[in-house]
Amino acid sequence: MKAMTPNREAVLSLIIVAIVVIVIVRAPEFLIASNISNILSGWGFLAILVMGQLCVLVTRGIDLSQASVLAFTGMFLALLSQSMPGLPAAAFLVLATLMGLCLGLVNGALVSIVGIPPIIATLGTMTIIRGLIFVLSDGAWISSHEMSDAFKAFPAGAFIGVPQVFWVALVVIAVFWVLLNYRRIGRDIYAFGSNPHAARNAGVPRIRIELLVYALSGAAAGLCGYLWAGRFAIAYTQAAEGREFAIIAACVIGGISITGGRGSVLGAALGALFIAIVESALPYLRISPFLQTAVIGAVILFAVAANARSERRPGRQILPRHKQTTGEVK
Amino acid sequence: MKIRALGLWEVALFFLLAGVIVLNAWLSPYFLDVYNLIDSTFSFSEKALIALPMALLIIAREIDVSVASIVALCAVLMGVAADAGASVPVLALLSLCVGTAAGAFNGLIVNALGVHSIVVTIGTLSLYRGIAVSIVRDGSYTGFPGGFSWFGQHYLWGYVPVEFLIYVIATLIFGVLLHTTNHGRRIYAIGTNPDAARYSGVPVTRYRVALFALTGFMCGLAAVLLASRLSSVRLDIATGWELQVITMVVLGGVAIAGGAGTILGVTLAVFLIGLLTFGLSLVNVPGIVMNIYIGCMLIAAITLQRGATFVRLHLLSSNKET
Repeated sequence: MKAMTPNREAVLSLIIVAIVVIVIVRAPEFLIASNISNILSGWGFLAILVMGQLCVLVTRGIDLSQASVLAFTGMFLALLSQSMPGLPAAAFLVLATLMGLCLGLVNGALVSIVGIPPIIATLGTMTIIRGLIFVLSDGAWISSHEMSDAFKAFPAGAFIGVPQVFWVALVVIAVFWVLLNYRRIGRDIYAFGSNPHAARNAGVPRIRIELLVYALSGAAAGLCGYLWAGRFAIAYTQAAEGREFAIIAACVIGGISITGGRGSVLGAALGALFIAIVESALPYLRISPFLQTAVIGAVILFAVAANARSERRPGRQILPRHKQTTGEVK
Repeated sequence: MKIRALGLWEVALFFLLAGVIVLNAWLSPYFLDVYNLIDSTFSFSEKALIALPMALLIIAREIDVSVASIVALCAVLMGVAADAGASVPVLALLSLCVGTAAGAFNGLIVNALGVHSIVVTIGTLSLYRGIAVSIVRDGSYTGFPGGFSWFGQHYLWGYVPVEFLIYVIATLIFGVLLHTTNHGRRIYAIGTNPDAARYSGVPVTRYRVALFALTGFMCGLAAVLLASRLSSVRLDIATGWELQVITMVVLGGVAIAGGAGTILGVTLAVFLIGLLTFGLSLVNVPGIVMNIYIGCMLIAAITLQRGATFVRLHLLSSNKET
């Protein structure tokens, strides 16, 4: 099973390269600097969010509230920059991550301590947080001239010509890579997702794991919220609405199993790259922007079909194999 | 034991409903007006129609998050047909057929791939909405024939909206189907343990396709009522309905892990949410703020349910292992 994962990622990389080649042949202007910079920042946003979602999915959960957390944090910090123009960018980065972390902890507590199924808990917080943005902002848009310069400078800036969002995403990926592959708690997350009962008997702390993954997911979304509001220089109630499906699409394409226990940081990053490239390529191929949603949907279905073997629900063959089949189908 | 616990849930919902009515009547003098109450049913009848088959799906351990997209697809195709000069019965039939086909497609894919329906329907959510959006683009369809408004705007005998009557009849049919027929028992059996159901001779895959197709059919019906009521179809039609429908079902006490739930519970939850949003709109609470209350109610409901189970298991029965 483990040997299959590099294979899948190699195939996905080849598909991505093939798509890029086809697009370049059809439309060479795809390679202009401004477009590449857009792809890199688009990938950065998605990759940060996907890292958080990866951890949650591995534990058999799902976090639908990420887009709402993103918009809430973006709005809150934009308002803060309006009232306290002196704050430096570093303060916003730390505040955004902490704020997302706290919101994520609420999800984590609802799932692990109260015991609400993840899809219901995060569906609820998704609606509540989205509503709170409206309450916070009174429905108003915070636009560029109302934000402080320090707020916009970092997310809109670039380092060696590449958007800062990209570099932040690299750092986030590195952190998750180390956490999931080389730290004990990271391995515990996989153990818990593969078989919660066995993991519990082996001493893996369930509540701590679930609190951690939702907190990480929220922190990633919070960080993204600041970068999003700063880069696009706008904060509004509907920001990133519907983005949760692109996040989950990227995960599914990256080979992360929605039934838990399986998925790699590299796969998730590639899944995000796939979505970012497809989304930016459509206009160059003269495909109507209105068709974008349909294309993403078709891509998800193809990816699910390609991954069907690993996604297959447990417990379908209870007679031939002697395996524990108590894993709840969520 | 399970049955007793469910009964308890419905009693709790009933008291909540009574509480909401009293609170609303106290907040606004216009709440208990007969005409107002009748008109308030317009805001939830269509979603409630979809909540009925969704309840069956969730009881059978499946879920369909693409329902709002199916509604949009049906409504848009009706708009296209209406522009081409289709008559009222043709429009309605078209919507029902498209809905059923879209639902059956969901079911067939879930069966063929053997993956969890949430993954598949997240895909078709984008797919169906995307097709609808690429047809309607940034325009709108308003060319519905004159008689079409009967479904969504007409009152029978001067009092009863056609929409609401259709919802009541559908509720009765679903209640009978789930609670008195073999089909209903089999749906519970599939949700309690799909493998055991299969080995005891229930054609699980066929039921799955049928339930998804039924959900699609009801989405088609809801699309007829919605398009008729609004007499205009745009790309954002029915956005966010999937969440509201699932909220109705889960608040109604249907277990998200499958195997438990009643139509009575779902009906009570429909009226609870419907009257709460109506009451809040009377005191000028904006829609998005209402969502906060509904989200809180959803989480509180499940927390209560969990708490009740915990108390029963750990405190009330001393001989049970903990």
